[in-house]
Formats: sequence, structure tokens, C-alpha cells
Amino acid sequence: METEWSGNPRGRAALVAEINISGLSFRYAGEQAFEMTLSDFKIGSGQCAAIVGPSGSGKTTLLSLVAGIQIPQQGTIQVGETRVNELGESARREFRIQKVGQVFQAFELLEYLSVIENVLLGSIISSSTTDETRIRAGELLDSVGLGHKTHSKPAKLSHGERQRVAVCRAMLNHPQLLLADEPTGNLDQSNKQNVVDLLIRQAKAHKSTLIMVTHDRSLLDSFEHVIDFGELTGARV
Amino acid sequence: MNGALFLGWRYLIHHRFKTAILLASITLMMFLPAATRLMVADSATALTARAEHTPLLVGAKASQLELVLNALYFHAERPPEIPNQLLDEIHQTGLAIAIPLNTRFHARGAPIVGTNLEYFTFRSLKLADGRLMGLLGECVIGANVARTQGIGIGDSIVSSPETVFDLAGVYPLKMNIVGVLEHTGSADDDAVFVDVRTTWVIQGLGHGHQDLESATAGKAVLSRTDASITANASLVQYNEITTENVREFHFHGDTSGFPLSAVIAVPADEKSGTLLRGRFQEGTVSGQLVIPSLVLADLLETVFTVQNYVILGLIMLSLATVAVITLVFLLSQQLRHGEFFTLKRMGASRSFIATLVASELGFVFLGSLLLASVLTWGVRRYATEFLLSFMTF
Repeated sequence: METEWSGNPRGRAALVAEINISGLSFRYAGEQAFEMTLSDFKIGSGQCAAIVGPSGSGKTTLLSLVAGIQIPQQGTIQVGETRVNELGESARREFRIQKVGQVFQAFELLEYLSVIENVLLGSIISSSTTDETRIRAGELLDSVGLGHKTHSKPAKLSHGERQRVAVCRAMLNHPQLLLADEPTGNLDQSNKQNVVDLLIRQAKAHKSTLIMVTHDRSLLDSFEHVIDFGELTGARV
Repeated sequence: MNGALFLGWRYLIHHRFKTAILLASITLMMFLPAATRLMVADSATALTARAEHTPLLVGAKASQLELVLNALYFHAERPPEIPNQLLDEIHQTGLAIAIPLNTRFHARGAPIVGTNLEYFTFRSLKLADGRLMGLLGECVIGANVARTQGIGIGDSIVSSPETVFDLAGVYPLKMNIVGVLEHTGSADDDAVFVDVRTTWVIQGLGHGHQDLESATAGKAVLSRTDASITANASLVQYNEITTENVREFHFHGDTSGFPLSAVIAVPADEKSGTLLRGRFQEGTVSGQLVIPSLVLADLLETVFTVQNYVILGLIMLSLATVAVITLVFLLSQQLRHGEFFTLKRMGASRSFIATLVASELGFVFLGSLLLASVLTWGVRRYATEFLLSFMTF
């Protein structure tokens, strides 16, 4: 596979290699049935990319590897100047806290925290909550129309509102990299499009690179680049 | 605040009900054994202190414990009565000062203690207001009686009839309050003190009625001889002793046979005490003489034995509670697996998660410790008072 990304059916131009993966091989510990290989994979800086592919093709696993949650047995994962696979556990945590924003499939808001505390969760984990981060959290919530619900609990929010809180939480640390794992699951078409638009808008506003995993091909038109993961990887189940 | 501590605190606040149950369980687990031990220890000290200040007690030959509890704490269980003559016999030995006690009656739930003025000196009781009783029918009330009943000098208190339907029984006597004692933290605070002769009037051994020889008593005279005058039912009997009618009060019969509950014997010195005990052992003086501190020591030995069994039971119960709490806690951690996984994905370390869990336990234990301490303090503050009031009624 070439150095520049070439698996994009709608690819228009060569991308600056911000995320660069090569010779990747990963298998979950004690799990023999699944193995993912990826010979070469690149996404340019500041781009919004969607990854599609069949279930079990390793889309979510790829996000875990890029975020440094998992470490490959072989190959390199480079995000900007950082070789994620060479970082120790503590450095990978620091990398996630400082450079990565994540939106999970079920949003994973903590029910016992208020909306603004959920947005601040990353800074709470790193014990770095300041007045500045609080103001930023408030601004992010304002920007998605939830400024009046900062002290509500997630249980009091609609599904759409919870999604917006999850996006705000991911954007708090001005992430270089925004990873979204099927954030549109279980939504109607209108809400799906709203979430995608919100993610792209936030990523563009903060100059973040966005990678969104989805199996819904109706959303792909919104992305600059679409990667069909099934064609790229050697995942076997 | 550290992030993990903050999350732990917020988790507990959000799950108020669960937290409250945990707090209550652990608080009781800490409080009950400690409170039992302290309450028994404090009560033992309070009981022993009054007993040790009462050198010797004389009473009828019956339960020593009943005699001590009645004489020291005016406990409702009355020992058999002794004749007033015993008081004189002890006086006559010249070995001890004898203070009479007659605790048979009550007024508004408070024990009426018939005694003499030496009792106040012996117990170092001081007046907060007024004076000591000087006449029949006058009374001095303890501090708690004055406070709880809202009565004081110039008011009166009526003795309670023993049985409502016994027409021949004890009739109520209206007693005038002439003094209020200072608070002492002892059974004296809950008592009404009268002269011992007043208790005999309450009992009907002494009474007052209009003078049958006076001109106004004509209709009440049924028959008259040189030796005696017989009155009919229209004779006016007094139920209150006043300065006007006190002269009309008199006792029928020999007062040496009138009843007492006990006699406090205060020997001049140890030798006199030993000699007096010898007189009782020889049978020179009737009744039994007991050393209250020894009687209570026997009681406390039993109480401490029971206490040890109770504490053992509480410890077993606590261990079972710890096991249940551990089980609930582990199940809760399993249910929170997704939450912990999210925190890890966002950059939380294992030590962060461990601190979060530990902080939740820590907050609950600290809260329980605080609550248990407050409750234990309350028990120490009020246990003795509670026990004494229990002993009085």
C-alpha cells in the first residue's frame, strides 16, 4: 500500500499524514479467534474521515489502537509526532488526556455527575479543573444549545441532548484527534445527521482530525473522506 | 479536590439512599459495642459513687439488693418495713448517726422520701431556693421535680393515693413546697423530701380533724364519756396541714412501731462501723445491716458478665454485617464495570480507579465514625441520668 492514503472511493487529494499506521498486527490477549492486520493507513491532519465496514472488521479496535488504549503486537501507530505504540502506559494515558477526544457508542455519561461535570470529566481525571476549563465547558455547552442544562443530570436529558454532552466532553481539551465510535447508533435519520453535523462542525472549529466509525452509509456524504475498512484490513474472525 | 475523591463524593451523594443504609449499618456496628461498654462503665461508676458515699444501711431481713436500691435510688420495689424503734436502737449504741428513710409514697410520680434534716447534711444537698421543711406537711423538692413539673416555693404537691378504690387506704395529703434543692445529678433530684412523720400522716397513722371538744364540733359527736369521745362521719378531717390546723394533727399509738423503709447509719469512724456491724451479727439489734458498695459490687459483677456476652453477640453481628456490606460492595463494583472502563479509556489509571473506590469507602467509614462518636457522646452524656431515672421508678 502506498504512503498516501489511497483507499478512499471519493478521495480527491493526497493527505498530509497526521495519522500514520504501518505493518500493524493486533490480537486481543487470550483471544485467538480475532486478528487484525493493517499494512498501511494514513489520514491527514485536520481531516474528517468516516470508517465504514462490516461488523468484526476491526473498526472499533482501530480507534482503541490510535487512542493508545490497546497496543499492537506489531507495527507502528504515529499520531503527529507521537509514536503511540512506543509510549508507556502512563504516557499513553497522558496522550489521551491531552490530545484525544472520544465519543463513545453509548455516550457513557456518568449518571451521578451533572452535565457540566460530565463535560469536565477529562480534567477531573487529570485533577486539572480550573476556572478556565469550567468556562470552556460552559461555552461548549452554550454552543450546542445546552447552556441552560449545565446542572441537570444525564437522566433528565433526551437522547439527542446526551449526544451533544458527549461531543462537548470530547472537545474540552482542544483535541488534535477526535475519535467517534458509532455515535449515531439507535438514532432516527434526522438525529443521526445532526450528530454528524455537530461532530464535523466542532472538529473544523477546533482544527481537529475527526475519525468516525459508522456502519450507516447514508451519512458518508458529509465526510471529506470515507474509508471502507473491509477492503483495507486483514481482519479475520 | 483530587479528581478521584470528587467522583467518589459525587457518587455517594447521588446514591443517597444506598449511602444512608451503609452509613447506618456501619455506624451501628461501631456504636453498639462501644456504647454498651461505656454505658455500663459510666453507670457502674455513678452507682458505685453513691453507694460508696453511704457507709451502712439497716433494713429488714430480706433482699439486700432491694434494700440498697430503694434506700439509695428510691427504687419503686419496696423492701419490707422496719419499725421506727430501730432508729432509736442505733442512736442508743452511740456508734453512728441514724437517718430514717421512708420511701413508700409518691407524688406526681416522684418518690416521697420521709427523712430528717440530717439527710441533707449527709448528702451535702444545698438549697437553690427557700428553706428546709420545718413543719408537718412541708416538703422540699429536687431540682428535676421543680423543672419537669414547673413547680416551686409557694406551690403545693399532693401525694398519690395507692389504690383508687380502697376507701380505707391512703388518702392524699396536700404538701406545701418550702424549698427547692440544687441540681446534683443524683436520685435526690427526682425526689420530694418530707419529714418522716409526714409520711406517717400520709399513711393514716397520724391525722388531723376538728377539735371534738370545741363548740363547732357538736354535730359530729356521736357519744361522749369521761375517757373518750366518739365522732360520726360528719367529722371534718384535714387533708392539708397548715399553721392553723397543725395542732389538730396527732398520732395514734406508739410511734416506735411506725414503719421505715431503711435507716442510713453513719458511723463516726471505721472502728464504730465495725462495732455496729458486730451488734447486728450478735443480734443485739434487730434487722440486717449491709454495706451498700459490696451489695452493688455483686450486682455489677453480674452486669459485667452479661455485658461481655452482649458485646460478643454484637461483634458476631458486626462480622455478619461486614460480610453483607462486602458482598453488596463487590456486586456494586461489578455493576460499575462500564463506568470504570469509560474512565480508563479517557485516561484514568488503575490507581485513580482504586482511589475512587477507596474514597467512597473512606467517606462512608469517616461519616459512620463521626456519627458513632456523636451517638457515643450522647450516651455518655445522658446514660447515667437515664439509668438513675429508671432506678427511681
